[in-house]
Amino acid sequence: MDLKGKSAIVTGGSRGIGRAICLKLAKLGADVAINYYPGLKEEAEELKKEIEKIGSRGYPIEADISKMDEAKKLIEQAVATMGKVDILVNNAGITRDSLILRMSEDDWESVLAVNLKGVFNCSQAVAKYMVKERKGVIINISSVVGLRGNIGQANYAASKAGVIGFTKSLAKELGSRGIRVNAVAPGFIETGMTQGFPQEYREKILKQIPLGRFGLPKDVASLVAFLASDEASYITGEVISVNGGIIL
Amino acid sequence: MDERIFEKVKKIVSTQLSVAEDEVKKDSSFVDDLGADSLDLVELIMALEEEFAIQISDEEAQGIRTVGEAVDFIEQKMV
Repeated sequence: MDLKGKSAIVTGGSRGIGRAICLKLAKLGADVAINYYPGLKEEAEELKKEIEKIGSRGYPIEADISKMDEAKKLIEQAVATMGKVDILVNNAGITRDSLILRMSEDDWESVLAVNLKGVFNCSQAVAKYMVKERKGVIINISSVVGLRGNIGQANYAASKAGVIGFTKSLAKELGSRGIRVNAVAPGFIETGMTQGFPQEYREKILKQIPLGRFGLPKDVASLVAFLASDEASYITGEVISVNGGIIL
Repeated sequence: MDERIFEKVKKIVSTQLSVAEDEVKKDSSFVDDLGADSLDLVELIMALEEEFAIQISDEEAQGIRTVGEAVDFIEQKMV
């Protein structure tokens, strides 16, 4: 499996799962545009260096993808810099956990803005380009929480379930143009997002994971790389879980 | 009908729908004669918007079914 000669954009690429995806795609030979949220420039620049050590090229691009104009600029800039885009990984995501009775309107809106509208923004911009090219791959990072719900995460769950409906619709709309669209639904992965969990809660989750551990970002990255590659050329509209067998 | 606009439209339609230019007649229907699907139509409208620097709303786009209708519409918009 390799991605030589391919160009990819990874949103939220400077940290966590996104970072692992950037590294994996680069290892397989792809050029990678590392999108990062304003304020995370250092992480992105450091990742660029790491990617260069592997022998690929990394291009940090700042953008708040929840804003349509910034998302458009991100795609334009990536195409201009790399000459083309073959792969978009919609990975950027945030949490604002709270029980429904306490959830503020802002908690709801900000999570939906990044996790769902951000996916729309970037996908629309890249689709205009990919439709002309008659090829392309879009991979959206959903979540086990989008499939099964989770206490304290009604906003996050709604956004991640939304991503699944969006993925399937795009797969249908764009399939005739050689564009594949899939979603990946990670379980609990060791990242900044999950490291803040109280020990008690971690142990409770661990008991529900047959493989007995939290996932690593690279576990998700391997699946994304496979879906991005030509090895997956007949897979579209799918939601593939990578969760250690978690039973919620 | 403005022949220069027609010639430009003909080129765009030919490229977008992968049909020979001489197949593109003024009364050609995009869907029935030139084999366009719904995504082709959207792409075509976007290409026309870009070429002539105009905006075509979804309602307006629905009224454009033939090459001639596209030319007429663009002519009106550009006045």
